[in-house]
Amino acid sequence: MSHLVLVAGGFFLMIPLAWMLSTSLKSLGTVMSLPPEWIPRTFHWENYADIFRLVPFGKYVWNTVVITLLDVVGKIVSCSLVAFAFARLRWRGREAMFLIMLATMMLPPQVTMIPQFVVFKHMELIDTIVPLVLPNWLGGPFLTFLLRQFFMSIPLDLDDAARIDGASNFGIYWRVVLPLSKPALAAVAIFMFNGSWNDFFGPLIYLHSRDKYTIALGLRSFQDQNYTEWHLLMAASLVAMLPVVLIFFFAQKYFIQGIVFTGVKG
Amino acid sequence: MIPPSSPMRRREERDGWLFASPWLLGFLLFTVGPMIASAFFAFTEYDVLTQPKWVGWANFDKALTDDPKVGQALKVTSIYAVVSVPLQILLGLCVALLLNTRIRGLQFYRTVYYLPSVLSGVAVALLWRWIYAPNFGLINSFLARFDIVGPGWLGDKDWALTSMIGMSLWHVGGGIVIYLAGLQGVPSELYEAVRVDGAGRGAAFWHITLPMITPVLFYNLVIGIITALQIFTQALIMTNGGPHEATLFIVLYLYRNAFQFFKMGYASVLAWILFGYILVLTLLVYRSSGFWVFYAGELKSR
Repeated sequence: MSHLVLVAGGFFLMIPLAWMLSTSLKSLGTVMSLPPEWIPRTFHWENYADIFRLVPFGKYVWNTVVITLLDVVGKIVSCSLVAFAFARLRWRGREAMFLIMLATMMLPPQVTMIPQFVVFKHMELIDTIVPLVLPNWLGGPFLTFLLRQFFMSIPLDLDDAARIDGASNFGIYWRVVLPLSKPALAAVAIFMFNGSWNDFFGPLIYLHSRDKYTIALGLRSFQDQNYTEWHLLMAASLVAMLPVVLIFFFAQKYFIQGIVFTGVKG
Repeated sequence: MIPPSSPMRRREERDGWLFASPWLLGFLLFTVGPMIASAFFAFTEYDVLTQPKWVGWANFDKALTDDPKVGQALKVTSIYAVVSVPLQILLGLCVALLLNTRIRGLQFYRTVYYLPSVLSGVAVALLWRWIYAPNFGLINSFLARFDIVGPGWLGDKDWALTSMIGMSLWHVGGGIVIYLAGLQGVPSELYEAVRVDGAGRGAAFWHITLPMITPVLFYNLVIGIITALQIFTQALIMTNGGPHEATLFIVLYLYRNAFQFFKMGYASVLAWILFGYILVLTLLVYRSSGFWVFYAGELKSR
């Protein structure tokens, strides 16, 4: 009985993806046929080549890869340092600072976004990737919190033992805590990858010239020009989703651990 | 073990601030500074190119009394959040309960339900535009088999918001993982105790399972509301606020004012209204939590 319900529900959730794949392999003519062909009579793989030919999609992919990689590295480095301070070091003001950091989670990014834009505008950094990448090198409450929760679960005796052996605080961070935290670091990397890869608002306000577009912006302008060519739009959307889907299949374990760490133990 | 005034302790004191400095810097540069600036902009007319001009409370007056679009945006955004978040939680919880019965194929089901929730952004918005497309879209071509002419969905002012809510249910899987972890954290002794007392499965659910996972539901409710109130990408890509402002979400209206009309002052006011609204809703949920959220002692202490 429960299998029946679960299979039906799962079926409904998978239909949109099947529909996308099916549409992406059709020709313009068969897209507009009723009833729709779920399995196209001929597979139009050339749709995938067409999107790279019609728009500089390869360029968009490259731009997105660069921004995403810089974001992920910056986030891991900065959040792990800050989380280490909150979880493993004793300093006056720690509790207060931690509370302030948690409080900033409530602040919608829209409040700070306008002044940030103004500052970057005056620094003439609009249409560069700096406004998109720089904030990610300066921590961030959600992922710092996730890492802090994980670091707290590592026995403090390990730090003391390392200290007696003469390790510095950085040594403890680098050689004790980080190596034991690979699953949490993987979760942070995945979350940041997803957020950065799919980000739309940031690129929308900061990147203006076409050759700097990310995939999200490219898809949007592609939609504006070819709003009825659903076979091409779906092929492009599928390419945009592919890295996230692949990472999901290979690293599902970390996804789930990360979610559980923020959601249940918080 | 280590005396508090030793050089080692002092080094730890210094390193604490040092390790936290990336966030401290970010907090000052990208949170505190901008917040002060935003509070200032709210009282000005500012188009980025010329100097800000002080206008007093004029922006607030306009937003709160003179601009029907603000009311519309708040209404639409609230309906979206209030309908989609509880629906997501309810459906997610049901699926999690089904999965929590030592069912075979748990991994498979979890993958299937979870996958859509990791997908987001413009690509997903485009996919759903096509699903809802009036002529050859998935839903209407299915309805056509039964000779039903479906509505215009996103193009119909009476259906557009409903369509957005329907789309949000595709992401129901995100919560399931958390509920499952919560359900598996319920001590099995509790179930044995009620079984000894002769209680059925329904009673066990109402008196044990549900109270024990209320903290998880609470967390998801708060995060869900905050996220839902900030919906933007779908609105811009799928309907651009239309038709007839039926999907003019607050962040979309803010975006238009700031980055299309370059009314930074007015947009700042809208941002503060959104912040105030989030605070009030979160506080309400938090206040209500005393009545329905149950913390077992061991769960409460961290």
